[in-house]
Amino acid sequence: MSSEKGFEPRIVAFLCNWCSYTGADLAGTARMKYPANVRTIRVMCSGRVDAQFVMKAFAEGADAVLISGCHTPSDCHYQEGNFKALRRYYLLKKMLPQFGIEPERLRLEWISAAEGDKFQEVCTEFTEQIKRLGPSPVKKGVKNG
Amino acid sequence: MAKPKITFYWCASCGGCEEAIVDLAEDILKVVEAVDIVFWPCAMDFKKSDVEAMEDGSITVSFINGAINSDEQEEMVKVLRKKSQVVIAFGACSHLGGIPSLANLTTKDKILEASYLKGPTNVNSEKTLPMVKVPVKEGELHLPELQEIAKALDQVIDVDYYIPGCSVPKQLILDAVTALLSGNLPPKGSVLAPKKTNCDTCDRNKTKPEKLEIDRFYRPYEIELDEEKCFLAQGVICMGPVTRGGCDERCVKGNMPCRGCFGPVDNVFDQGAKFVSALASLFNAKTDEEVQKIVDSIDDPAGTFYRFSVAKSMIGHKV
Amino acid sequence: MADNTIKIKINGFEVEAFDRQPLIEVAEKIGVKIPTLCHNPIIEPYGVCRVCTVEVRHRNRVRMVTACNYPVTNGIEVFTDSERVIRNRKLIIEWLLGRCGNVKVLNDLAEQYGITEPRFGRGTDDCILCGLCVRMCQDVVKANVLGFFERGPKRYVSTSFDQTSDLCITCGACASVCPTGCIKIDKLEEGTYKEMPMGPVTPIHIDFMQAVPKKAVIDKESCINFKTGGCKVCVDVCDAEAIDHSMEAKEKEVDVGTIILSTGFQLQNGEELKEYGYGKYPNILSSLDFEVLNNANGPTGGKIFTRDGRVPKSIGIVHCVGSRDKKYHEYCSRVCCMYALKFAHLIKEKIHDCEVYNFYIDMRCFGKGYEEFYNRLLREGVNFVRGKVAEITDAALDKSEQGKLILRAEDTLIGTVRRIPVDMVVLCLAIEAQKDAKEVSHFFSCSVGRDGFFIEKHPKLAPVSTAADGIFIAGAAQGPKDIPDTVAQAGAAASAVLSLIQQKEVEAEVVTASIDEEICSGCQICVGLCPYTAITYNKDKNISELNEALCKGCGTCVAACPSGAAQQKNFRDNQIFAEIKGILAV
Repeated sequence: MSSEKGFEPRIVAFLCNWCSYTGADLAGTARMKYPANVRTIRVMCSGRVDAQFVMKAFAEGADAVLISGCHTPSDCHYQEGNFKALRRYYLLKKMLPQFGIEPERLRLEWISAAEGDKFQEVCTEFTEQIKRLGPSPVKKGVKNG
Repeated sequence: MAKPKITFYWCASCGGCEEAIVDLAEDILKVVEAVDIVFWPCAMDFKKSDVEAMEDGSITVSFINGAINSDEQEEMVKVLRKKSQVVIAFGACSHLGGIPSLANLTTKDKILEASYLKGPTNVNSEKTLPMVKVPVKEGELHLPELQEIAKALDQVIDVDYYIPGCSVPKQLILDAVTALLSGNLPPKGSVLAPKKTNCDTCDRNKTKPEKLEIDRFYRPYEIELDEEKCFLAQGVICMGPVTRGGCDERCVKGNMPCRGCFGPVDNVFDQGAKFVSALASLFNAKTDEEVQKIVDSIDDPAGTFYRFSVAKSMIGHKV
Repeated sequence: MADNTIKIKINGFEVEAFDRQPLIEVAEKIGVKIPTLCHNPIIEPYGVCRVCTVEVRHRNRVRMVTACNYPVTNGIEVFTDSERVIRNRKLIIEWLLGRCGNVKVLNDLAEQYGITEPRFGRGTDDCILCGLCVRMCQDVVKANVLGFFERGPKRYVSTSFDQTSDLCITCGACASVCPTGCIKIDKLEEGTYKEMPMGPVTPIHIDFMQAVPKKAVIDKESCINFKTGGCKVCVDVCDAEAIDHSMEAKEKEVDVGTIILSTGFQLQNGEELKEYGYGKYPNILSSLDFEVLNNANGPTGGKIFTRDGRVPKSIGIVHCVGSRDKKYHEYCSRVCCMYALKFAHLIKEKIHDCEVYNFYIDMRCFGKGYEEFYNRLLREGVNFVRGKVAEITDAALDKSEQGKLILRAEDTLIGTVRRIPVDMVVLCLAIEAQKDAKEVSHFFSCSVGRDGFFIEKHPKLAPVSTAADGIFIAGAAQGPKDIPDTVAQAGAAASAVLSLIQQKEVEAEVVTASIDEEICSGCQICVGLCPYTAITYNKDKNISELNEALCKGCGTCVAACPSGAAQQKNFRDNQIFAEIKGILAV
């Protein structure tokens, strides 16, 4: 990463296979432009996203993490996985600042398979927000695991 | 044949692990008989220079406890590593960073401030803080510096084995020493304690309801703690499920929830984060508001979930 | 079974009959017609009008009997047209004319028997006291509303105390059997329709002639049997014995391996668009309303009338109502342009000089022969106004607009706002997803898009599959489409199903989770988290066990497992850590 001015955030996005990943795919096939800053990792369900993944992402130098799944209350392909993601998200959001990581760097969104435009919007907005926030305070220092 | 040489060294330590050795009581005599303790600052009068004078690898085993947060400790453990065949991280602090590594959630300046300037019983009108160099009659005295970040032992030197616990239970020490002396050791890097978590042997495990759901959390002092029911089922945070077993659940048997001092089991890399995933899954909440309410009933998630393991968390310290 | 066939002679012909069978039935069997007035095959005979009186000879005795209720016995000889019978019959008819001189059925009989000047004059009553209505109401319908009152010349048919009866269920059976037509049921004038029924509206009916399946159904609400326990005439006349009033709806559980969801669409409720006045002005019809009106089985037999029975001189057809509209549905409903053109053509065919106005945004004639059809309409003189109708009102600005519905639209081709008064308007309302499409989709583990229609697995490559294996979609449930496209999709879905169910083996879910029993400590945190109850706690072993057959592979248990004992194939912790590391390596 270069100076603050030319700072390009690196955002890791965990997308659930059925809704968000498909929605992102739709954004792609519809040729919607969104920043290349968002790097996606597919999981079957947002409920698979372990807080360890989030911590690992930050530890490896991610400037922000996005978790996206099917809309609550009833769109989860596996019925309830998105609720687990929601619960872990709020607890993580409380804990991250204790490690000096701004809570805004973690974001949870519900993006359905039809919402390619929402995916585009979220990626664009999030990238802008993190650009303004600046690089992650985590330096690749003490790393474990 | 010469008896194997062993050392005990303490870094940023409360002394509890030294106590643990002493607590072996009569059994300690067996240890003393079988080995030659060549360095034990707590109990014996050997000096650093004595160690430095030894041949490399001449020490069979060094038991090092305590987190590393000063220059002196860092230096000493490096020397011990050079001189030892096997280095064992003894106790939670050297294994995971322990309580001293809670300092990593704040800054050195704030710590010094709290200890020397803002403490309610401080009398320090000159606002003196620990110094690294101080002129004395004989010349200039160099003192070890408190480091910004407290580290676990393996973040400074290579560690062969870990014996976990705050402090290490007697049986675990005996088992480890027996294994060492008989040469019957697991692969290098192993933790010399059971592979499963506390729930495996905890008496209260079977009292868990079929579907565990938590509406809110209570600090242990806030409610009358049931002596037989699983703490999580009572809404009290217990790190038992995410903590390696081997301590005979001594805390739980004392009607206090587990604090996680043995660290995680092998397949888990960040004990605190893992517990976030596990615990949050149990919230009885389906909307943002409901979830937030339950989260609000957890004071200090980092301090609670990483009580002993901040140094070994993926982030390691407050950035 | 005792054989009770006997032999009798009618007009010299020997004929077989059942012992005590009514004579009129036997005569009918051999084609001998005996006139009747008070007889109806579904009602018990009464023998009151006497018109069917015939001669019966038994041994040496001759008797004049009414054929409708005379039970035949072995060896009788019947004469239905002897001189004596005819003379008798004429007298009876004259007597009846003396009471009801202007009743058509009597006059027809009079003509048949050559009575020109009835000797007893012509009475003015129109009820011949045949009792058919009474017997129908009492014995068949069992509503017990009508009865005979008084005696002799004062005898008449009425309801109790001559008052409107609460018991009358307005079945109209009395009117249907009255031979003179003196029982009247208020009929709507031809062409005036309040509701929009399709086809006849009897309690047992076939919905409409084009129905699939074309089978009769009984409307429980109006069927007499469900009200009084009577009637069941339909059962009597059904040769196939297919009618069973005691049928109850049954719930049946069927095990299937694949499902096709083709739950169709609903037409938008026109009342949502207040500016068009649907539901406010009676002569504004929805497209479906117009289809019903135009149908030969509809309320007017296919003739196009306004609600008050006039032939419209001008009709406006409004395209894109609720479609291509950010306020309602952004999508195009695909089928409306073509059916609007169809309507225009049909109107022109039925009412040659009717002015038809089609208000459109674009003319979407995308299919085979569609554009050609549009061109044909241009030649037929249909008026096309390129402009979205802003409002429909009956507020007339001048005399020419009075009593009409005025459509206001900007004609964008000439750049002017126009007011076009018409007699009737047809609205091409949007094709919407069914109201409960979202619930249905959840039930079948599919999803619906923002437009409410079921989402296909891939818009180009898998238009009939859904995210859930074995569940397919077809037809308008997937999106607005016309019949050729629906048929094609239905075929595609059917063939997808066939290929699936013919396979001997199917690939099961691959990315299932598993619990390592060497590591699992039996904390049971995962057990309650699984929505498929795939995990159970084994008390004896103190571990949790996962049934891979039930696991759908969400990975929630894996994330929650505090000892890392649960892992998911292809999504193991170490695999995802590696992905994270790799993704951030540059």
